Amino acid sequence: MTNWFNSEWPWYVAGPLIGLFVPALLLVGNKVFGISGNLRHLCSAVLPSRLEFFRYDWKSKGLWNLVFLAGVLIGGFLASHFGAPQAINISPATVATLSHSGIHDFSGVAPHELFTWHALLTLRGFISIVVGGFLVGFGTQYAGGCTSGHAISGLANFELPSLIAVFGFFAGGLAATYFILPFVIGNL
Amino acid sequence: MTGAPLPDFDGCGTSGADEKIRPAFLLVYLLLGIAFGVVLTCSQVLSWFRIQEMFHFQSFRMYGIIGSAIATASVFLALIKAANLKSIDGKLIAIPRKPLGSGIQYAVGGTIFGVGWALTGACPGPLFALIGNGVTVMIVAVASALAGTWVYGWLRPSLPH
Repeated sequence: MTNWFNSEWPWYVAGPLIGLFVPALLLVGNKVFGISGNLRHLCSAVLPSRLEFFRYDWKSKGLWNLVFLAGVLIGGFLASHFGAPQAINISPATVATLSHSGIHDFSGVAPHELFTWHALLTLRGFISIVVGGFLVGFGTQYAGGCTSGHAISGLANFELPSLIAVFGFFAGGLAATYFILPFVIGNL
Repeated sequence: MTGAPLPDFDGCGTSGADEKIRPAFLLVYLLLGIAFGVVLTCSQVLSWFRIQEMFHFQSFRMYGIIGSAIATASVFLALIKAANLKSIDGKLIAIPRKPLGSGIQYAVGGTIFGVGWALTGACPGPLFALIGNGVTVMIVAVASALAGTWVYGWLRPSLPH
């Protein structure tokens, strides 16, 4: 078993495992798998507000999901401290593409040029972390879901709104990858 | 649209009846969350590099993961529906369908999230798993995502849906 934790899991293991969270949550408590609702629950819980969007009983609607989310953080900690693979063996083509943009440190799960406390004080780090984070929050709430709620739960349920949302995810992601990121990484 | 009640966000997890959840069930959700965090880490789905590899179409890996996740979930959903199963806590399993409306919220909101997904290299689940992985600066990304969430809640009445 130990070698399962020494290199990255193949896609045909990781994908079905992720997909199993949909039936698992339904079977346990009729819950729909979706992470981004937690951002709304957290706002509702932490930032009391008169805004209608946050006026609901977050404990009865979202406590289960916030507990699940706490588990995600703990799971990330456990996996990374007990023998999870550190080397991200991306394709040589991606190494070449990113090197060309100005990424040279490929040692972590995220590039140290962009995702450290020190990098936060640089413009490119700020855009990656703060601007990127803001758009993740705003976009998922506007779209009513993220990769889990729309791409996995929604598409598995053959929902047209989710298909539109997923096209949006990739349209935005591709635009940022080809037009924004090279400039942000290389020039800022 | 102003004045008309906006549809609730089923995809955001606020659907369903109000209920108190028993502590034993919360423990199950915690364990499932831990399992999800382990999968996100061991599959490297939480890596910015993997997301870049995907958006540059330089590896099949992420497409294989997302595609097989959808296929797996879809098969089990069909089985659950066909069998009219109840959940362990006794409710008939039903997935609320999201209202289509004009579709604008999905197209525009989805595109905005997509830009954030490429910039951070992470969707909401991986953001939290990354903090657990020691990329603690993602705490700032989460705080910023909460700010984005709040701004959406503030602007919501005047946005097209």
